[in-house]
Amino acid sequence: MKTIYLAGAIFAGSASMALAQQLAPSPTLDAVKARGHIECGVHLGLPGFSFANDKGEWTGLDVDYCKALAAAVLGDATKVKFTPTSVQQRWPILQSGQVDLLSRNSTITFSRNATLGLNFQGINFYEGQTFIVRKKANVKSAEDLDGASICVAAGSTEEKNAADWFRERNLKVTITNFQKNDDAITAYDSGRCDAYTAGVGALAGQRVKLKVPDDHIILTKPISNDPQGPVTRWGDERWQLIVRWVLNGTIAAEMLGVTSKNVDEMKANSKNTEVRRLLGAEGGFGAMMGLPDDWMYKVIKQVGNYGESYERTVGMGSTLKLERGQNQLWTKGGLLFTPPFQ
Amino acid sequence: MRTGVPTSWRERLFGTPVTAVVTLLLAAAIAWIATPIIRWALIDATWNGQTRNDCTGTGACWVFVKARFGQFMYGFYPIEERWRPNLAGLAFLLGGGAVVFAPQRLRLRLGLAALVILPLLGVWLLGGGYGLRAIETREWGGLMLTVFISIYASLIAIPLGILLALGRQSELKVIRLIAVLFIEFWRGVPIIAVIFLASLLLPLIMPTGIGVDRLARAVIGLGFCIAAYMAEAVRGGLQALPKGQREAATALGLTYWKATSFIILPQALRISLPAITNEFIALVKNTTLVLVVSILDLLGIAQASLADPNWVGMNMEAYVFSGGIYWLICFALSRWSRSLETKRGR
Amino acid sequence: MTARTFSLLSEPVIVSKALAFINDKRVRDWFYQAALLIGLAALLIYFIRNASQNMVQAGIASGFDFLWRTSGIEVPFVITNYTQSDNILSLFWAGVANTLLVTVIALVLSTLLGFLIGIARLSSIWLVQAMAGAYVEFVRNIPLLFFVLFWYFGVIAALPAPRESLSVFGVAFLNNRGLTIPLPDAGANFRYAFIAIAVSCLLHWLFLRWARRRKEATGRDAPVLRIGLLLLVLVPVLALAWATLATRWDIPVLRGFNYRGGFVVIPEFVALLAALVTYTAGFIAEIVRGGIQSVPHGQIEASAALGLRPGPTLRLVTIPQALRVMTPPMTNQYLNVLKNSSFGAAIAYPDVVSLFMGSALNNTGQAIEIIAMTLAVYLVIGLAVSAFMNWYNARIALVTR
Repeated sequence: MKTIYLAGAIFAGSASMALAQQLAPSPTLDAVKARGHIECGVHLGLPGFSFANDKGEWTGLDVDYCKALAAAVLGDATKVKFTPTSVQQRWPILQSGQVDLLSRNSTITFSRNATLGLNFQGINFYEGQTFIVRKKANVKSAEDLDGASICVAAGSTEEKNAADWFRERNLKVTITNFQKNDDAITAYDSGRCDAYTAGVGALAGQRVKLKVPDDHIILTKPISNDPQGPVTRWGDERWQLIVRWVLNGTIAAEMLGVTSKNVDEMKANSKNTEVRRLLGAEGGFGAMMGLPDDWMYKVIKQVGNYGESYERTVGMGSTLKLERGQNQLWTKGGLLFTPPFQ
Repeated sequence: MRTGVPTSWRERLFGTPVTAVVTLLLAAAIAWIATPIIRWALIDATWNGQTRNDCTGTGACWVFVKARFGQFMYGFYPIEERWRPNLAGLAFLLGGGAVVFAPQRLRLRLGLAALVILPLLGVWLLGGGYGLRAIETREWGGLMLTVFISIYASLIAIPLGILLALGRQSELKVIRLIAVLFIEFWRGVPIIAVIFLASLLLPLIMPTGIGVDRLARAVIGLGFCIAAYMAEAVRGGLQALPKGQREAATALGLTYWKATSFIILPQALRISLPAITNEFIALVKNTTLVLVVSILDLLGIAQASLADPNWVGMNMEAYVFSGGIYWLICFALSRWSRSLETKRGR
Repeated sequence: MTARTFSLLSEPVIVSKALAFINDKRVRDWFYQAALLIGLAALLIYFIRNASQNMVQAGIASGFDFLWRTSGIEVPFVITNYTQSDNILSLFWAGVANTLLVTVIALVLSTLLGFLIGIARLSSIWLVQAMAGAYVEFVRNIPLLFFVLFWYFGVIAALPAPRESLSVFGVAFLNNRGLTIPLPDAGANFRYAFIAIAVSCLLHWLFLRWARRRKEATGRDAPVLRIGLLLLVLVPVLALAWATLATRWDIPVLRGFNYRGGFVVIPEFVALLAALVTYTAGFIAEIVRGGIQSVPHGQIEASAALGLRPGPTLRLVTIPQALRVMTPPMTNQYLNVLKNSSFGAAIAYPDVVSLFMGSALNNTGQAIEIIAMTLAVYLVIGLAVSAFMNWYNARIALVTR
């Protein structure tokens, strides 16, 4: 008798443990739900990626990602608040838990991943570092910059990249490191530097801040690859899971042809199982992360898929007019890729 | 130098040949420097319009300041709620005025009451809650924030500074040592580093889950730092008091705290009021440093507005306007401090 | 414990003894201090425990190992021999050196300008007095950050581009990339020149001592001025002129984007220096004015009655007494210059805050260690400055016999 009770107790115990394992505790998610909004760390002001207009409303590719996350987690894309962070502050602000994640075009690097207690949850923008120069300086490629002085934001990957790149080629440049991107671009515009260096996308955004944007040209050949994406701190695996798969979901939606326009129709009529899983029509994927099953439906409905967001913020529908390039789906010659929703 | 006052303007400016030559040269130099400035700021400036395209002249584009005026004053504080900072400011002015002009015997009690009620009222009005719409500190900004930081940092700095000054004068060795260490540490480090330190370290030393508001961190950091300077200002007043004051109070049987709060402090504070005001001016000027932690005070919001693609190249206008406001505030305060000094001198 | 004592002795004695114990000032003082100390220590331990817990939880590395990692940061203005491939500790020292450099030069220049304006405020010429007053009122009431931004984005940025550089005798060039000055190929000649100057300074000091002793003994004046000019002006000028002419110079030439060769004084340095000097001078001017006005008028009248002309009166009577009043506030201003040099971070001047608390902090993420080291730099230099000024203050203090 006793053995049976014991066996029963063990069975019940392990069953409840199995249930508990399915939903690991997520303090961040609990905090977000209790708070009613997501705290998202963004760039101080980079048109196309994260920029607040004069009413304090944020737009941009990085901002859109956080809105998508809010739609998935809280069912409402507007339930997100943005904390502008400088290059210096971004890691401490994330590490100390003042924001739930960073979405501020920060490059994924090994040492950041290994020593700063940070995890990178995928890539929402393949950036390549390049230079903006004056047209009249007659510079065709970065090699022509020998002897130039270059403005850059201190503590960024660009700072080290540029130093390494020119040293490897025995070119002598003077690199001046500013605490904020805006200071660097102002200094470049005032003639302090011959070039300002940042990613292609960032440069396209920063360009509108120049007095006469047409006097300047962005060098097309990048000197490095700087993949960028949302960043979380170590710990809280379930939150990391959500952050990762919301990004994957927006890419998958574009891949599967789900847009904000046809999402209702797709959810109701699509025969494609992956679409049905993505939109919560079957599979119960949301519940596995502790979210409602229609999490991605809300994302697509309210924010759109990756491609829509890209076109609106940095692509042809925006002032930046960036080609998709590497940020095109892999099926169309780009690098964008998502593991399957299975 | 101090030999008599010249009688007429003519004598003042052209009294001796040397005076005349120097005056003329200097006047020419002033004209040479001031003319382009005046032309830029007033004569060639554009005052009316809506967008950057309206600024066609070679002078300043004050249209920009007009378009952004609300933001310079309140940051991103919601437009329909701006009466709240206005009301809070008015409350502080009236409360302060009531204390200053109250009859002598009521002043202390009224002052203490104001000291408790006004700060709470201010936080409630600005931040909301309890019936008002909650407005987070990230939406605060502009001049309103500069004033807020100045006042609340000095609410930390002045009491703490008084305690530290007393501690430094204390007979108790350990207390004296702690006060000296505290004062010298904060006086020895740059405020820019302190604000950075506060924004990074405060969240780290708090138990997990307890957050300290971004703005509160900056205010605490500034408050601690300025407290050390305030302590030195108060110490000046304490040292100026004859030793007999405390001895007499002790002889009358007053305890340390009674003697301090009724005999020593009132006199010492009156003496050190100009010095305290000067530290307050320094505090107002130092609030500009909060922009290193992306808090948008008056200077911060001016800088942030420069990033607006619709208003590229308005640096001079933004800096001149915001700098002018700082100057007005600090100049008024320093005049007040000087009038206190001369009053005491008589 | 109290209970047990009560049972041993009769009550009234205990109460009075206990009262006496409590009322004993020494005991009470000791108690207060111990309580305060324990309270503070507990608070500190609590904070440190939280911090270490939080850091472990967040996976942030700690310790000072990062100092020996390669820095990889390119610094545009170094006076140490730091290069990009050195470690982060060298980057730290490069930053400290830059902080010290701008501080020391700003100290000297702002003292000079401050004295000038302070004396101008007491000028008998009204317009001079008024202008100096207006300058002081203007400068003292504006945040330093505005000065830094003004000099950098307003003035320095208005300088011409490299191709239109302002040439200084064809050897130094001023443009919006800074001031490019020639650099000697070898320093040997300059070393000899500096040794010569040092020797002549020493001689001058010995001569002054001798002259003072002789004056005290015999009352005769020595030709102080002429010997001073010879030793302090002529010898250095000749030595430097010889060294300049005898050395081969690396004269900057315009090639490509900018001048090559020579040494570049970057615009950030110039702008920060100008901002510190123009700002601090306003405060020093007030100290100088206050100091001079604090000398009782009777002193000047007495010196006039003794037959001293205004020049010697200022030099021998007014200034020495004014200095005594001025030294403590001047110490504060000097410390302010040191701390204010951190404003360079706003315009990319590579000082310790910008390089170490900016670039290095970002690359390593070790906030606590880096901030502690940065603060320590300011505290140590500040203590050194205070110690020197206290020594100086003691030296010039009124000796009462």
